[in-house]
Amino acid sequence: MNIHEFQAKQVLARFGAPVPKGHPASTPEEAAKAFEALGQPKAVIKAQIHAGGRGKAGGVKLVSSAAEARDFAAKLLGKPLVTHQTGPQGRVVRRVYVEQASEVARELYLGMVVDRKARSVAVIASTEGGMEIEEVAAKTPDRILTEPIDPVIGLAGFQARKIAFALGLRDKQVGQFGALLGALYKAFLETDASLIEINPLVVTKDGSVICLDAKMSFDDNGLFRHADIRELRDPNEEDPAETEASKYDLSYVHLDGNIGCMVNGAGLAMATMDIVKYYGAEPANFLDVGGGANSQKVAAAFRILLSDDRVKAVLINIFGGIMLCDVLAQGVVDAAREVKLSVPLVVRMEGTNVDKGKQILKDSGIKVIAASDMADAARRVVEAIGHRAQA
Amino acid sequence: MSILVNKNTRVLTQGITGATGQIHTRACKEYGTQMVGGVVPGKGGTDFEGIPIFDTVEQARKATGANATVIYVPPPFAADAILEAVAAGIELVICITEGVPVLDMVKVSRYMNGSKSRLIGPNCPGVITPGECKIGIMPGYIHKPGDIGVVSRSGTLTYEAVYQLTQLGIGQSTCVGIGGDPIVGSGHIDVLKLFNEDPGTRAVIMIGEIGGTAEEESAQYIKENFKKPVVAFIAGQTAPKGRRMGHAGAIISGGRGTAADKIAALKAAGITVAMSPAELGVTMKSLLDGKAA
Repeated sequence: MNIHEFQAKQVLARFGAPVPKGHPASTPEEAAKAFEALGQPKAVIKAQIHAGGRGKAGGVKLVSSAAEARDFAAKLLGKPLVTHQTGPQGRVVRRVYVEQASEVARELYLGMVVDRKARSVAVIASTEGGMEIEEVAAKTPDRILTEPIDPVIGLAGFQARKIAFALGLRDKQVGQFGALLGALYKAFLETDASLIEINPLVVTKDGSVICLDAKMSFDDNGLFRHADIRELRDPNEEDPAETEASKYDLSYVHLDGNIGCMVNGAGLAMATMDIVKYYGAEPANFLDVGGGANSQKVAAAFRILLSDDRVKAVLINIFGGIMLCDVLAQGVVDAAREVKLSVPLVVRMEGTNVDKGKQILKDSGIKVIAASDMADAARRVVEAIGHRAQA
Repeated sequence: MSILVNKNTRVLTQGITGATGQIHTRACKEYGTQMVGGVVPGKGGTDFEGIPIFDTVEQARKATGANATVIYVPPPFAADAILEAVAAGIELVICITEGVPVLDMVKVSRYMNGSKSRLIGPNCPGVITPGECKIGIMPGYIHKPGDIGVVSRSGTLTYEAVYQLTQLGIGQSTCVGIGGDPIVGSGHIDVLKLFNEDPGTRAVIMIGEIGGTAEEESAQYIKENFKKPVVAFIAGQTAPKGRRMGHAGAIISGGRGTAADKIAALKAAGITVAMSPAELGVTMKSLLDGKAA
């Protein structure tokens, strides 16, 4: 789960990380008031969407009066902002963040992630602040420092110093940075974060080290123990079909093709998308109905799948382990009746109770194209939309 | 021959009275696995269909001589269940539970440093040596005893591979689902090392997926150390970038983690890669036939 910049800053501030003062605003008037509340000669107005590249896209501006704050907020609010991360349709700006302006001397990069290889949380730091870290990794990997944190020892003082010196910090900044990094690590652990990214971390002209931008993502598996973090979810930033799917504990990702896919298990679901492509068509989605799906859940999955009007045919590929084929079949039949299925449906079923499942489909009177295996299923679904199956 | 589990493996179920624990303990017992005990705190002294239940893993181990355990407890308690099994000295700990917080696994991994226990999972289907011992949630009937090892990050995609092999008359030595989480107890290489030393395994199917660099590292390991033929498949060739993978998450792998990168690394290491998931079985068959000729 992702949250907005202003929310990430509020979370980090709670753990003692230095962030500039600011107020979110959802109307131009609120933005003007926020400017006045800050009581400084200048402020920065920043569009709040779940995507990077806002500055370059015109979503960030330095303003010097409440009127200017109001005008810029009015320009942003309610309209889509297109950045290189949003896709061509952009994301509608529903809130701006009005923040105290900082005088920047240096821009650095600071990140914290779960490092799979080290099996621990790791700090990532670079002197190349303000750039995308992938770009730095590709061009100048020697300018990136990765430091894993031992989960028992925690962040050791020497590690914080090592990173501080590598970032070219000195004097009081080294201690300030150590405290900041400690706050970030505490926030990471206590919110089950999966990513904290401070890009840029800045040294101000008066020599302080502060988090000028902040991005936080959380481990969905850890959210059950953080009611406060769950409340930060912004459904406006999510695909409506994906939000609907998550209500039923279904894993759904919207894609650009026209073959709707319903599969059990993430690996098989990805492999099913792959084989659709292999035979010359494009998958419309990733959809894993999970292991223990009941017929209601299958019916919900089917509805969500068909809510995408670009879907021209549906491929169901189930290998029943925990999931029973007869339960699946009943769910498909119920849903197909309910939505008055109008596109070709190809079903490939294997596994526990497969014969019962096939019988249910057969007896239902619903037009089902039965496939004998995965390749056959892919071939049939591609042909069902009028393409010639390749490969 | 086989790896990890065989007809002598004595298995506990942690969470034996939960819905999932009941279904699969029964199915594993029917398959012929020696299900010797269950653990449910507070229900010690009772039994599940004749299988004695204990309050703690330590008690269960002492009373039954169990050397393996399978965990079905819900995500909030799964890490603790693993720790308990490791502390009790169980040699093989298999955690089926899906949804364990990754930071819990960071702690578990650290705790297991230097321990003699081996962890498979979490978020995995389990381990099966066909005809001898099934521990986990895979459908037993699709398997057939034989000499092909299978190691995979996926559950149902593993069934798919196994089913294809069995349909072609090719049996399996042992099939290991290592789990789909970012941090799992045993990785591809850990399992490949066991297959390398197992005289009963002639060749291996390795199934990976996008994210992380475990497959790239496996490719390197196979090139340098593995003595047997390998057929690989990587799921997620059509998966969009940036979904479910954090921005800075990609950086540790140096920008790697795509299916294309993994396939390239595997091919560069001389490994046969099946490009379609429907061709895992036939690819293995032609590889074996080629070797035999």
